[in-house]
Amino acid sequence: MTTPVLDLHHVAYAYPGGHQALFGVDLHVHPGESVALLGPNGAGKTTLVLHLNGVLRPGHGSVHVSGLPVTEDTLLEVRRRVGIVFQDPDDQLFMPTVRDDVAFGPANLGLRGAELDARVVEALEAVGVADLADRAPHHLSFGQRRRVAIATVLAMRPEILVLDEPSSNLDPTSRRELAEILRSLRTTILMVTHDLPYAVELCERSVVLSEGTVVADGPTRTVLADEDLMRAHRLELPVGFAI
Amino acid sequence: MGSGHSSHLHVDGDTPLHRLPPHVKLLALLTFVLAVVAVPSPAHGVLLGLLLLAVALLATTRVAPRHLAPRLAVETPFAIFALVLPFVATGPRVELGPLTVSEPGLAAAVALLLKGTTGVVAAVAFAVTTRPRDLVRALQHLRVPDPLVLIASFMVRYVDVVADQLRRMRVARLSRGFSGRSVRSWPVLAAGTGALFIRSYERGERVHLAMVSRGWNGRMPVTHPLTATRGQWALAALPTLVAVAAAIGARLSS
Repeated sequence: MTTPVLDLHHVAYAYPGGHQALFGVDLHVHPGESVALLGPNGAGKTTLVLHLNGVLRPGHGSVHVSGLPVTEDTLLEVRRRVGIVFQDPDDQLFMPTVRDDVAFGPANLGLRGAELDARVVEALEAVGVADLADRAPHHLSFGQRRRVAIATVLAMRPEILVLDEPSSNLDPTSRRELAEILRSLRTTILMVTHDLPYAVELCERSVVLSEGTVVADGPTRTVLADEDLMRAHRLELPVGFAI
Repeated sequence: MGSGHSSHLHVDGDTPLHRLPPHVKLLALLTFVLAVVAVPSPAHGVLLGLLLLAVALLATTRVAPRHLAPRLAVETPFAIFALVLPFVATGPRVELGPLTVSEPGLAAAVALLLKGTTGVVAAVAFAVTTRPRDLVRALQHLRVPDPLVLIASFMVRYVDVVADQLRRMRVARLSRGFSGRSVRSWPVLAAGTGALFIRSYERGERVHLAMVSRGWNGRMPVTHPLTATRGQWALAALPTLVAVAAAIGARLSS
């Protein structure tokens, strides 16, 4: 058995205000997998995601990234290994130009000069927007910004790409194009989404998180076909969509 | 989404001013303006000469006048103040055509107009030839503290995002029959401003999260350090040297 890229063991977390968001979550993601993390609003999905790169630290339990425990000393390496693409690209793209933004991550890892430039081009090409390098992020369309946001994370050559609602606010064509790009990447993917058809399309395995615990973990089609489970956790396929 | 509406100052081009490294240009602008301010106010001839020098510099950028005009409008409040000055100032009066105006007021107004316009023209010459991103790099290179550079950089990046949010909130108010014409609407506008502040603050938190997630450790990485040749420094120093010489000359002869 390979070492899991993500290995969460009994992760529990309560916010400083007292609200407990996670109650002992176990999750393993192995290299090469594409996993969908499904769950209703307020299930703790975002809280879980912030544990994956050490922004939040579990009150109980442990998080390992490719065997490396998430601690104060390993944060930079953990953040290189786990690339999180946030939902709103305007939060992710904060530099004056696309090129600077994509360079931000690898520059924090110490890359400079030609090596850095090559990394930027490689990441932009992977999502098909190399021609946008010198544009300002706020002059791009929403779909372009989403792609650039993914490039900013790919530039760090992560071992796992964590996407928060990647299809939200995209028109149907951009949504399909993004799916093609995600399929073309040779990276392990954890995709947090409400877009169940997108999960079926892109992820062979799905994990359902509800009220801070994992309530289902299996092949996406099997999970989504379980009507009682879906209904119990406020998940619905769109009208007219059949597994 | 709202894009393309913002009045970006920079205009692409390939002129000597465009080619100068931004930190060199920024220092040259700062010292030039300081020297102009140091010229004694009664030396109108010297000030006119420096204004013409600034206009000549602006002309070398080959940016169309219709593009420059709106940028120069920033001086309007000062110009109005200068025009009012001769009428409200005290002191001996002089005849100016059909009008009687204050003599020191008139002299101060002319000096203010000349100095102000010179400063604005020089600043516009800098702005149209320097990308916002390069201005940020120049500040970073000149050892301006990181927090200030970050604030400037985020302002460049997010001014459109916030303006867009403001516009959406306005449309949402109008769509529900709100009209902001009377004093009674002020609480609504105040609440809207507060909401905008909180949204911007929350965005700041999310941006910080995104930065931390990509390995940010409190310092902005300098990816491409700025460099300048002696020739570039010498070229940029020319207008400043002229202005300094003019200021010293005018002081000695006054």
